[in-house]
Amino acid sequence: MQSSPNFGRVKFILGGLLILAAVVYLIASSTRANAEYFMTVDELHAKGNSVIGRNLRVSGAIVGDTIQYDPQTLNLTFEVASIPGDNKEIEAAGGLAAVLHQAVIDPQRARLKVIYNGPKPDLLRDEAQAIMTGQLGENGIFYVDELLLKCPTKYEEAVPAQVNGN
Amino acid sequence: MFAQFGYGVLVVTFILSLFGLGAALRGALTKSYPWAESARRAMLLTFPLITLSSLALIYLLVKSHYEVQYVYSVTSNSMPLYLRITALWGGQAGSLLFWAWLLSAFTSAITLRKWERDGEFLPWVILVSSVTLAFFLALIIFFENPFVSWWQTASGEVAAMFRPAGAVSLTPRDGQGLNPLLRHPGMIIHPPLLYLGFVAFVIPFAFAIAALITGRSDDRWIRITRRWTMWAWLFLSLGLVLGARWAYDVLGWGGYWGWDPVEIASLMPWLTGTAFLHSVIIQEKRGMLKQWNMLLIILTFDLVLFGTFLTRSGVLSSVHSFAQSAIGPMFFAFIGLTFVSSVSLLIYRWNDLKAEVELKSMFSREALFTLNNLLFMGVLIVCFWGVIFPLISELVTNQKVTVGPPFYERATAPLFGALMLLMGVAPLSAWGGSTIKTLGRAVWKPALAAGLVMAVIFAAGVHNVVALIGFGLVALVIFVTLYEFWRAALSRRKTSGENFFLALWKLAGRNRRRYGGYIIHISMVLMAIGILGIEVFQTETQGTLPQGSSLELAGYRVKFDSVAQFDTTGGRNVTRAVVSVFKDDRYLGDIYPRRDYYYESSQPMTIPGLYSTLADDLYVILVDWQPISASGATFKVYHNPLVNWLWIGTVIFIFGTLVAAWPEKELQVAG
Repeated sequence: MQSSPNFGRVKFILGGLLILAAVVYLIASSTRANAEYFMTVDELHAKGNSVIGRNLRVSGAIVGDTIQYDPQTLNLTFEVASIPGDNKEIEAAGGLAAVLHQAVIDPQRARLKVIYNGPKPDLLRDEAQAIMTGQLGENGIFYVDELLLKCPTKYEEAVPAQVNGN
Repeated sequence: MFAQFGYGVLVVTFILSLFGLGAALRGALTKSYPWAESARRAMLLTFPLITLSSLALIYLLVKSHYEVQYVYSVTSNSMPLYLRITALWGGQAGSLLFWAWLLSAFTSAITLRKWERDGEFLPWVILVSSVTLAFFLALIIFFENPFVSWWQTASGEVAAMFRPAGAVSLTPRDGQGLNPLLRHPGMIIHPPLLYLGFVAFVIPFAFAIAALITGRSDDRWIRITRRWTMWAWLFLSLGLVLGARWAYDVLGWGGYWGWDPVEIASLMPWLTGTAFLHSVIIQEKRGMLKQWNMLLIILTFDLVLFGTFLTRSGVLSSVHSFAQSAIGPMFFAFIGLTFVSSVSLLIYRWNDLKAEVELKSMFSREALFTLNNLLFMGVLIVCFWGVIFPLISELVTNQKVTVGPPFYERATAPLFGALMLLMGVAPLSAWGGSTIKTLGRAVWKPALAAGLVMAVIFAAGVHNVVALIGFGLVALVIFVTLYEFWRAALSRRKTSGENFFLALWKLAGRNRRRYGGYIIHISMVLMAIGILGIEVFQTETQGTLPQGSSLELAGYRVKFDSVAQFDTTGGRNVTRAVVSVFKDDRYLGDIYPRRDYYYESSQPMTIPGLYSTLADDLYVILVDWQPISASGATFKVYHNPLVNWLWIGTVIFIFGTLVAAWPEKELQVAG
């Protein structure tokens, strides 16, 4: 209690700053170690070798014909077609469902071969959106650690299929 | 008919809430009692009105009125009654209506209390609630109307509230049905609990703003809303845990929490809310941290809006974003507006809210509470950074970069560890001033015991550093907390002559918040045991088995007996495997991992088979199967040690919060 009030305050401000510094350090180092780069299939092809081995997050439209699954080894391979990464672009092109459909039927669209090991996800099907986290191998195949799927057709802005007027 | 009725009632309620807003403002500014009373009545009237409107929607849902777009999109012929009712919050428009209904209910409840002592707060509290209510009603009426119907026009089908010229009504034969993933008991109560928690935090916020505007710098607003805050926190916490339980039971990836942006969005108000629960105690006891508490409740309110917005807007890609709509900018504007105006008010009153006492000792209880708050803020900053990092990186480098679960785990683990350490140390510190010496004297015994526990665990073969530190901290918290109960009950027994258990009971009754809080601390570290168990020690294996053969994992053996496929209720086809579980060749029982295939949405859903004990969970997923041939089925098996303690901790948590939040009769001070 002998210390002057000023010193007391400095002590706490220092303590607070120390904690802040620790939090900043934790955030900075964890970000660096765990950053995943969002890329479209087009961008991935353009960057080529420079991104090999990096954590990437790639989104694409699943091409149904290419799905191969071996239940013995749980090896799953398929191809995805490039879709735009930007939400606004997707909206402008008529929504996610339309964009996915266009990507799959367009033979000119850039595609990416994907390998994943694990149970076949429930939502894996033609024209679903795959959001994949993994690394690009030197053979140009994308090795996926985490596979997230989205099927937009069913739950968004759908118009009734069978109707009866009255 | 019912659709028009429900909509009409909402429009009336909206106008009423605008009137209430104006009346409250006038009543407050002119200190006119009749105007304030008029605002209060308007507020009271919104509740039955929104109830009517919600009932109209429930009627439409239950009676399969598929000509209403919302009913069409969230229900179908195959859904049972209870799912049709809960479909009220199964989609965006309905959940906004549910939000508004809860808000009017809570605000009505608060306006019914006795206001004699706090009459000056009343119009401002009503004002803040009516502004929020009006915002939500406007969203529903103008942007996300659940009563919109289908119409057939010459150019095609449209959805509109009123019949377009020349259109005929359109009634689909069946609806799309609720997303199968959401047809789970956990999912049915998870959103309303979360919303209960979200909306209940509006009340302490409204009082805080009332206190800021009227310039009352005492802790009256905190005392009035103390129990509200506790209930809000209870519901929010339960909403979070139930969401985790749902993920564990239904999503079939062996985990419970994926650091999904939407999960984080509901965690963030919990973090500020938890910090707030702690720091208000310092304001009550020591008259400190007044500005900080204001800031925390403002943050919590806006994070609640942010959470509601994020779960419903689809700005961030996540498993939850099954809805995308135009309400995003509205939410952003409202969050910005309320944040800027609240913080401006706070700055205006800044000097009135100076602390009555200076923080002196580094080891006093108030200093440790402050540290606790800083750590919660640290976790909040980590979460916030993780959520907005993709947006920032895109702005700065034109390259979208994101961070996944490992980022959050690595960055928050030390902060959560420090919070556990505080849970162990803080109860032993004294208000005003502890020195490192007095604190050390109190702490060394439980710390030594915790060290012994660590040594035993180490000797038992656990050499993982994170787990050792984690279990050591858990032991410290449990020892200190039990010691606190023990010490206090003993001294009470000495003075009162009651027996030990009666003393313990009376003690907790006398100081519910404190001892309820201790029980919550214990529940938190029990949950930590479960989290450490699954995070650090989870193992997995997978394989394709012919009938009759087995997979082994962590001392367990799972034998594939049979698989059957059949149609059942709810429009699904079920493939169900029978798997028997053995440990050391002792038969333990059968489990039934299965896959439900929903015809109407052509979506399968994986339900794990679970063999659960206090020590571990065996979690078996049916991955694939060969229909006729005997070549067998593929399984993925997870061994999740200790995860049950996560759910056990939750039950104790509810108990602790009830103890803390229960009305304290003897402490109702008069005057």
